[in-house]
Amino acid sequence: MLVVAAGAVSLGAGWVSGPAAIGVLSLMLVAVLGIVWTAFVGGLETRRALAPYGLLKPGILWLCLFFLAPLWSMLEMSLSAKKSRFDFSPSFSWHWGNYATALTDFGPQFGRSFFYAAAATVLTLLIGYPLAYVIAFRGGKFKSVLLGLVAVPFFTSYLIRTLAWQNLLADEGPIVGLINKLGVEQVFEWLHIMDNGRLMNTPAAVIGGLTYNFLPFMILPIFVSLEKIDARLVDAAMDLYSTATGAFRKVVLPMSLPGVFAGSLLVFIPAAGDFVNAQFLGSPQTTMIGNSIQDQFLRQLNYPVATAMSFVLMSVITVSVLVYAKFMGTEELM
Amino acid sequence: MDANDPVVKLDHVRKQYGSFVAVHEADFSIGRGEFFAMLGPSGCGKTTTLKMIAGFEQPTDGRVMLEGADVSQVPPHKRNVNTVFQQYALFPHMSVFDNVAFGPRAKKISETETKKRVSEMLDVVRLGEFANRRPAQLSGGQQQRVALARALVNYPSALLLDEPLAALDLKLREAMQIELKRIQREVGITFVFVTHDQGEALTMSDRIAVMSEGRVEQVGAPQDIYMRPQTLFVAGFIGSANLLPGTVASVDGGVVRINLAGGAQVAVSSSQCADSVDVSTGARVTVMVRPEHAILGSNVEGLAVRVTDTVFQGSSMRIVGRLSDNTEVVALAPIDPTHATPQPGQDCTITWQATSPYVLGGWPETAGSTTTNVDSIEAAL
Repeated sequence: MLVVAAGAVSLGAGWVSGPAAIGVLSLMLVAVLGIVWTAFVGGLETRRALAPYGLLKPGILWLCLFFLAPLWSMLEMSLSAKKSRFDFSPSFSWHWGNYATALTDFGPQFGRSFFYAAAATVLTLLIGYPLAYVIAFRGGKFKSVLLGLVAVPFFTSYLIRTLAWQNLLADEGPIVGLINKLGVEQVFEWLHIMDNGRLMNTPAAVIGGLTYNFLPFMILPIFVSLEKIDARLVDAAMDLYSTATGAFRKVVLPMSLPGVFAGSLLVFIPAAGDFVNAQFLGSPQTTMIGNSIQDQFLRQLNYPVATAMSFVLMSVITVSVLVYAKFMGTEELM
Repeated sequence: MDANDPVVKLDHVRKQYGSFVAVHEADFSIGRGEFFAMLGPSGCGKTTTLKMIAGFEQPTDGRVMLEGADVSQVPPHKRNVNTVFQQYALFPHMSVFDNVAFGPRAKKISETETKKRVSEMLDVVRLGEFANRRPAQLSGGQQQRVALARALVNYPSALLLDEPLAALDLKLREAMQIELKRIQREVGITFVFVTHDQGEALTMSDRIAVMSEGRVEQVGAPQDIYMRPQTLFVAGFIGSANLLPGTVASVDGGVVRINLAGGAQVAVSSSQCADSVDVSTGARVTVMVRPEHAILGSNVEGLAVRVTDTVFQGSSMRIVGRLSDNTEVVALAPIDPTHATPQPGQDCTITWQATSPYVLGGWPETAGSTTTNVDSIEAAL
């Protein structure tokens, strides 16, 4: 297994090429055939012992070739230096300066990314939890239909849905029109949702887009954890002198925290790296780190700085997730 | 408040869901420190009645009284009764200690007092060393005792138990029956116990309410219910019985003479008749004889019976026979080596002691032994 995994990484990361690559490939083939052969000649016990590895193989190979290997190349790139503006194959030279550039030049983008992602996470939680609660406990025979409706937006492309928001939020669009008709622009301005009579190209529009696009990822895990809760536990809590609110606080909420935790990660992580919403609904003042990375990669062709930014993003997300996990006390959650 | 006042009183309670009547009229009281069972087949309304006492259901008509106060519209968390749920409903995310402490904490009892009470109660149910475990780490019997402790720690006026032993296997169930009785004696709290198992109800309770199709058929001590059932349902549901339909031929001097459907005439003392039974001449009645009270003999005067089957049961012999009109009857005979066991095909007579038969009003759906009916009821459950 290890041979196969190492082989896949080394091929993908480009450590070996030419005749050496053929050598590595044949080594991998021998290892795989070895396992198959052992399973074939071995008894039932041997086969049973080897079965987990056999089942893991496709996943491990996939991850090695398309995740670990590119990750390695990126790490290498992030520590490489460009000799000139037009040097498109920078060489590895422990060039930590890329990270300094990533952190100093793109501070506001990082800050906005985490602020927008956090805001979207809180909003999806506030909107999604009651929705999941109603579907799980009051859905009755419509439960699967309601759950299906939550997933319906996925039938349309992410990009199209975001573009549709442009029309909704446009200056001549229905929402701005309604706000003007009701004459409550001042309220929205005061809430910093509107800016100079506009909904488009504001931070609120970006956060709104993120919230809308990632809402199902919050609802589904919360629904799953709520649905597992036996309604008699609520009866038991009320029988033991808790009010309905008390029963929710002490029984339903703690038991649904694994779902809240999973949902928050599923929303926060992709939202922090998202660039679509900021690009279509935002303005130059609302660019997120995803936009900057995309720009460095595809427009500036500055691979070293782009990869360094990616690593900074990745490590900040990892650290914040770990802190969150510690704070939520996941081991307490079964 | 008198110590002899009932703890729970159901005052003409009725519960209706749409056009379906779950409980027709429950009207009985449960005394202080009593072990009270509500017994009946599934769908008889016993659980609905329990839920009305707990506060999870509100009666359509009538009143539920707790310690003399009308609580019909009081929500569960404001009633001083606690429930042991059928599948225990322990909080899986809390330790045994936190489960038991849930009630006292919700009542805002001080943490020191809570701790004292919880450890006391865990000792009563003999789970002292399991305080830090999670419910999932306990066996079924231990979870059951946690559920008991969690309810009892609040010193409720009455403890409500909804089929508490149904989820346990036979051996454990028998052990828990004894354990429940012990705990009840120790804490002296009124237990209201719902079960479909007549054996459980008979062995554990001080009094039983037998229910069927939403009606309370009879309330009484186990011996009363068994020896003097007031309705044909109770006679058939509790234990097994031979139900012999007939009509009253004559009544004189405290003796009721009944012509059985098969043609024979039997005489029963009027003290052996159900309370409200009509024993005027010509009335339809049923004579109930328990199998263990039926005495099989030959060459004596009695009901003629032809033996069809004999089953050795260890402590006794179960003899199945048919009367002249083909009604099936069952007798339990003690194993006696000095007497020959009747053989299938043999003609015998059935007699009984004067105190054995009991006369009920009306005719049963099927005449004869109810053993098979009881078996089918238990199989359906």
